[in-house]
Amino acid sequence: MEPILKEVQDAGLGQSLLREVIRLADRFKEKYGHPPAYMEVCGSHTHALARTGIKRALKDHVRLISGPGCPVCVTDQKTIDAMIALTEGENRIICTFGDMLRIPGSKGSLLKAKTEGKDIRVVYSPSDSVRIAKENPDNEVIFLGVGFETTIPVLGIALKEAWEDGVKNFSMWVTTKLVEPVVRYLLDSGEAKLDGFLLPGHVSVVLGKNQYSYLVDEYGVPGVISGFEMNEMLSSIYLLIELGLKEEAKIINNYKSVVKDEGNPQALTIMETFFTPNDEAWRGIGVIPKSGLDIREEYRSLNAKIRFPVTVGEPIKTKCRCGEIIRGLVGPEDCPLFGKACTPMKPIGPCMVSSEGSCSAHYKYLRE
Amino acid sequence: MCVGVPAKVLERDEFTAKVDVLGSQMTVGILLVPDVQVGDYVLVHAGQALQIVDEMFAVVSIEEWRKLVDGTHS
Ligand code: SF4
Ligand code: SF4
Repeated sequence: MEPILKEVQDAGLGQSLLREVIRLADRFKEKYGHPPAYMEVCGSHTHALARTGIKRALKDHVRLISGPGCPVCVTDQKTIDAMIALTEGENRIICTFGDMLRIPGSKGSLLKAKTEGKDIRVVYSPSDSVRIAKENPDNEVIFLGVGFETTIPVLGIALKEAWEDGVKNFSMWVTTKLVEPVVRYLLDSGEAKLDGFLLPGHVSVVLGKNQYSYLVDEYGVPGVISGFEMNEMLSSIYLLIELGLKEEAKIINNYKSVVKDEGNPQALTIMETFFTPNDEAWRGIGVIPKSGLDIREEYRSLNAKIRFPVTVGEPIKTKCRCGEIIRGLVGPEDCPLFGKACTPMKPIGPCMVSSEGSCSAHYKYLRE
Repeated sequence: MCVGVPAKVLERDEFTAKVDVLGSQMTVGILLVPDVQVGDYVLVHAGQALQIVDEMFAVVSIEEWRKLVDGTHS
């Protein structure tokens, strides 16, 4: 495996692939009068495309548009405010993933609450928060769970552990997002002009290739499931352009070593068991019906939204353009705050906070 | 956030496995990959092994890309 990883990263192969991609992209432009435009749905792709230099190298040949692929970036302001408000109660331990800490809410952030003495802990795994609950029976432990399909089964496992072990002082505040409803939203709105999708590698581990048939059947748009190393991404872009030139819409699995056609059945079962479709609010988009999952009614005692309801007012408007960025309408450089008032050290919006956000990737690797 | 890292399975029991991630050892859940064997590589996300990485497919992909740049790909 180690040698394989090295081959996947092989820079010499990468250079040759890059030349081939450019050659094909220029043929595409000749044929259709515009360079091919693809959206990467996943934030890890956004980050990896910037870090490996692919985005820069292809800038004049292929339009790579960052989509709504980072759960941190798409969490709407009101939800962030509610999560921060949740820290107010007595005897609470709030656990979450590290990325959530610095997201600015209307008033402060989780990090600010932590410096003010609230017990907020960053955990690597949601299951760690169940363990913390067992170790602290006099406290209420609340896990703030965001994520796409990759993460939802992992949240489900923590719920399963808490349920089976009868942990009474544990609950989860989930705001999860599903890929299909937002991709449909983007295609239905017709705002971003796309020739195809670079489909998320890790989300697809759970969903499987077959789940994307709607792209082909209903929208006639091709997609290639891709890994995250340089050669994996370059070959995926190559395959997308090739499909375009052949005027063929289909889904190709270019990450067969981890993505199966039928996905991961255990993960899908865990999702089914613990979660049910829910209307979710997306930053910059608003509520998309049934675009997320919430904890099933049977497990309501594990649902922090039911156990600890909070109300927050309408968030204060800022000049942050994350909402348009995640819809693929503008790029980070179009935001007046980019690199000036808003930097990774002092982020104003989530796209600069999350290391997978477009603004942060752009700031680190692509600033002119 | 969903950064998955490849890890090698060193030991396993019923629900967890000890894995090696780039030289450091950690324990991960294996509920999502019940068939995993010692010696397999898995993709780990947030403390759970998400999928077994299939080495054969990885080799085949690399072959495909090489063909592609050598122009033998139609
Ligand atoms: S959260 Fe996961 S699926 Fe989403 S962008 Fe980041 S890595 Fe991709
Ligand atoms: S640069 Fe900052 S303020 Fe502007 S869109 Fe990005 S995150 Fe928001």
